[in-house]
Amino acid sequence: MTLLLVQVLNGLQFGVLLFLVAAGLSLVFGVMDFINLAHGVQYMLGAYVAATFGLWLDSFWLGLLLALPVALVVGLLLEWLVFRHLYRRDHLSQVLATFGVILTLDEAARALWGSAPLNVPQPGGLPGGIEIMAGLNYPAYRLVIIGVGVVVPLLLWFLVERTRIGMLVRAGATNATMVSALGVDIRRLFTLVFAFGSMLAGFAGALASPVFPVAPGMGENVLILCFVVIVIGGIGSIRGAFAAALLVGLIDTLGRAMLPDLLRLLLDPSSARQTGAALASMLVYIVMAGLLAFRPAGLFPGPRA
Amino acid sequence: MKRRSLLKAATVTAAAGVLGFRPSILRAQAAPLKVAFVGTLSGPGAALGNHMRDGWLAGLARLNNQLGGRAVETLVVDDELKPDVAVSKVRAALERDKVDFVVGVVFSNMLQAIHRPVTESGTFLVTTNAGPSTLAGKGCSPFLFSTSYQNDQPHAAMGQVAQDDGHKRVMVLVPNYQAGKDAVAGFKSRYKGEVVDELYVSLNQLDFSAELAKIAAAKPDAIFTFMPGGLGVNLVRQYRQAGLEKTPFLSAFTVDETTLPAQGDASLGFFTASTWAPNVDNPHSRQFVSAFEAAYGYVPSLFAAHSYDAAHLLDAAIKRTGGDVDDKAALRASLEKADFPSVRGAFRFGANHFPVQDFWLCKAAKRPDGKYQTETVRRVLEADTDAYAASCRLS
Repeated sequence: MTLLLVQVLNGLQFGVLLFLVAAGLSLVFGVMDFINLAHGVQYMLGAYVAATFGLWLDSFWLGLLLALPVALVVGLLLEWLVFRHLYRRDHLSQVLATFGVILTLDEAARALWGSAPLNVPQPGGLPGGIEIMAGLNYPAYRLVIIGVGVVVPLLLWFLVERTRIGMLVRAGATNATMVSALGVDIRRLFTLVFAFGSMLAGFAGALASPVFPVAPGMGENVLILCFVVIVIGGIGSIRGAFAAALLVGLIDTLGRAMLPDLLRLLLDPSSARQTGAALASMLVYIVMAGLLAFRPAGLFPGPRA
Repeated sequence: MKRRSLLKAATVTAAAGVLGFRPSILRAQAAPLKVAFVGTLSGPGAALGNHMRDGWLAGLARLNNQLGGRAVETLVVDDELKPDVAVSKVRAALERDKVDFVVGVVFSNMLQAIHRPVTESGTFLVTTNAGPSTLAGKGCSPFLFSTSYQNDQPHAAMGQVAQDDGHKRVMVLVPNYQAGKDAVAGFKSRYKGEVVDELYVSLNQLDFSAELAKIAAAKPDAIFTFMPGGLGVNLVRQYRQAGLEKTPFLSAFTVDETTLPAQGDASLGFFTASTWAPNVDNPHSRQFVSAFEAAYGYVPSLFAAHSYDAAHLLDAAIKRTGGDVDDKAALRASLEKADFPSVRGAFRFGANHFPVQDFWLCKAAKRPDGKYQTETVRRVLEADTDAYAASCRLS
């Protein structure tokens, strides 16, 4: 029972990290109809910047804080240099160009920091584990991640649903031409949304850096799962991204934890282990395919659907 | 100074060769030897390849950029971890550049891809890391030599450690692909206790929390794992974060100088099996470590050491033939003698041209200067011959 609880916490924690990356991706995709494959690279840069500053200043938390403005600036720069010229193009050109950005920035990271994973300062000031139940220790930092996963979605919801900027963003997503006819600089609005999305991705990278290895190409692993998340959740919907991220996190973790044991009822132990592991890594995609059969627009269809 | 600039020139021309340029080559003397260093130097697996290339170049630097008295040019080839790329680049090196030797190779599937083109052209291939069972047993070749190990050996050595330490219940955690399954088989070949459970994870796994929770619940006496590269960085860090460090962490290819800089303090006290460690105490090894660190600014791994040894192996063999590399039979006989100073101390080849050597239990440690390295704890296997040597027939 306690094992199940731990696995649920693990799943939530993984889901939260996925949400932070997927939220920005979904926002950009939903509001601007722009496929940004390079979103994963921005996640990677966030982790690298946090790790580098963290080592310099000898504090993980300062590194995390400094990663935010840097991720924002990198986002603005990329938007200005590359992405701005792609909004009017079709999705294929966007995919090609942003894939080029992935290759370029991955190699740049390799040239700057080397191809070996980086040593990341561990978050100080936290106890190693917190006893959440008798005899059950859970790493404190992972609880922090879950906490962040509660606060950030609430902030996002407030920003999008209750502020003037959020209103403009929603309006721009529904009908961009109309909004610009009403005298709003839609370009600048889009730039803002984009930079904000990059900052979220950078934040996720920084937050993940003590747990996951900081290495070139770390973004691509996450990116694929994030696409699964926004497809399941409904493109452009923050609420959907949140629900889907938690769902994917839980399915993936619980699948890995339980499938090999469940299959043992049917198969002999050694093949149960191996097919279980193989099935577990496919599980989220199977669930996605199944869900799309019934709800092609995802759980919570966004404004464009 | 002259030596260094020569080396640089060789490397630059080598790099240019990879890019397809053919500038006129600076020659130190007539007909220098040509060696193709093949390794994975880009992509996620690049760390090992870099260690090996630097180890090879450090070996050449130590030998005044000469092998057996003849000047050497190294052609650095990046196989990009793609078999087709590896084969076409190696073919080009053999046919266009007429290299005399091929050394290096990080991954077994790359070695299997280039093995035929190289050996069938009558060129000697010295693997300084990959050691697949197919090429150590029935498929062994008179033109293939290894300065590393057969892949199963470090895993088997760890099995011996678990056996000797009297661990009754061990849990195994490996990635779900062929090398992972081989690791389990290698470990079990010498460990006779109970394997509580075998956990298989996918190769791009990010989060080990589900597996670590299972380990915490099962409370084994020790765990055995094989998690190369970024996987290992992840696992070591999360293992400690989960507070499991009291359960001995036995591993192979998981905790070494390629990953230690990223694992940092989290790795301290974790075990690995190796043929060599930077603290091995013989003059040749000490010289290697200090020269390597001065030149490249990081601590060499066993992968660098094996490549360093390969340079010395070729040097000694060519010296013995008086600089002649065209009489293949004489060169082979002289390579088989292996009378070169190895950083591992004594060195000899078995019947399949793989080393017969000692395996050490090593432990991650922090040096007084703040850098991390593995350090020998005790000798686990003495003069160990791999399990496939017996089925190799070289006539």
